[in-house]
Amino acid sequence: MKSILLNKGIAARWRGPLSVIAFFGLWHLAVVTGLSGFAELPTPVQTLKTFVVEYAGDSVYWDSWVVSFQRVLIGFAIAQILGIPLGLVFGTSARFRNLFFPVFELLRPIPPLAWVPISILFWPTNESSIIFITFVGAFFVIVINVYDGVRNIKNEHMWLAQSLGASRMSIFKRIMLPSVIPSIAVGMTLGIAITWNVVIAAEMIASDSGLGRMTWEGYVSSTPEVVLIGMISIGLAGYLSSITVEWIERRMMPWVEHR
Amino acid sequence: MNPSSGTLKGRIRISSLAKGYQDKDGNPVKVIEDCSVEFEPGLLNVIMGQSGCGKSTLAYLLAGYLNADHGNIEIDGRPVTGTGADRIMVFQETALWPWMTVTDNVIFGPVVGSGVAKNEARRQADELLERFGLIDFRDKYPSQLSGGMKRRVEIAQALINSPDIMILDEPFRGLDVMTRELLQEYYLTLFEDTRLSTLFITSELEEALFLADRIYVMGPAPDNIGQVIDIDLPRPRTFDVTASQRYLELKQQAMVYLYAGTDDGGGGATGQ
Repeated sequence: MKSILLNKGIAARWRGPLSVIAFFGLWHLAVVTGLSGFAELPTPVQTLKTFVVEYAGDSVYWDSWVVSFQRVLIGFAIAQILGIPLGLVFGTSARFRNLFFPVFELLRPIPPLAWVPISILFWPTNESSIIFITFVGAFFVIVINVYDGVRNIKNEHMWLAQSLGASRMSIFKRIMLPSVIPSIAVGMTLGIAITWNVVIAAEMIASDSGLGRMTWEGYVSSTPEVVLIGMISIGLAGYLSSITVEWIERRMMPWVEHR
Repeated sequence: MNPSSGTLKGRIRISSLAKGYQDKDGNPVKVIEDCSVEFEPGLLNVIMGQSGCGKSTLAYLLAGYLNADHGNIEIDGRPVTGTGADRIMVFQETALWPWMTVTDNVIFGPVVGSGVAKNEARRQADELLERFGLIDFRDKYPSQLSGGMKRRVEIAQALINSPDIMILDEPFRGLDVMTRELLQEYYLTLFEDTRLSTLFITSELEEALFLADRIYVMGPAPDNIGQVIDIDLPRPRTFDVTASQRYLELKQQAMVYLYAGTDDGGGGATGQ
């Protein structure tokens, strides 16, 4: 029994790396067999070689990482700082909601990239407009999740605190805020994914730096190795951000059982 | 303890109470209409009725979560104007705060509500949790407890505030039969030790008969409180009581009252 469990654990541990290896293996096969569409692409080994020789020691490449990460983090952070309170106010004040929610709902469906032209006109620097677009990407999803979280607070949770004599301030701090934390976490998970989507696209359109720009330049200069290095870098960056956010969420919700 | 000794707290007097709401189309729906009833203190009063008859609404009005459209509720002569720690409710579904440990849930009332020092509240909580067999679980979160444990924590969470009245709104609904019977015995023992004035809402006749001093049969408005049945089964009770002749007689009688309000009419029920 024990050995079966043990085997299962080992199998589970190997499945992940195995799928990654299989992915690169298939890519390699597709290129060497000349599968349609793969003719122009380098093999994984060639890509890795280009990476090691030309990029791993290149500060411009690592700057692209830093620049993109900065944009994501700043946009994401501002979206949290403004979005969480706004969601709370929407959820608690009917007057405020009646006044401002219609405008919010009108702006929400506009895709972040549709904000590019106006934000370039509005903001003084390209950098600030890209951060703004990144912010837009995460902001709406955070507000709507927090608002939803407030609306779904169980009546009983509030009532019980009232019966036990808690003040309005204590109820806000000890009941309302913790009730909304799972919704904030959902907003964060969705938000971080959206910000990476948005920042890469915005960099391709409106910037001269970052991982998105690097990938685009690889295309323009017909060097598919660069495109692939850019794409893999973006994938890794997004993955790193996601596990960081997940780590933060676990610490925010010690009462939720994690596997 | 003799229930007639001393002045018992928690006499509830309800007079001409009315409560309704508007449905989706804006039509007024009456849930409680011209309801007058008195619940004596020191008794385990059970309200029985089918779902939708306004049992929970009555409980929410008493707890102060809802405001009446008309009429009033008095507890020991004082009108109910809002919530108060003199009457604590145990809800149908668990109302424990999932982000707090068992201890933090239990000490919320004394610490946050009444400003008792945390250490002192913890000591009181430990006593209660010890008595309820939960002491080893005091640092767990509610999601780590079974349904029956959660109910016991909720009862401890209420009792630590020494309320005058306990309101239990179908507290054991959704639990398996074994757990349910255990908790019924649990609450019965607790009540027989303390004579804490209790309003217990249920839709299960066996539960009502086993626990109650009095059963108030509730129906839809406008005849909210119909029959009142005195359950004169001796206390302290054990499950043996359910096999007694008197129990069966009371059950028979209660069923007549209960089915009298349904579309089947009283005739069909008396034949059962």
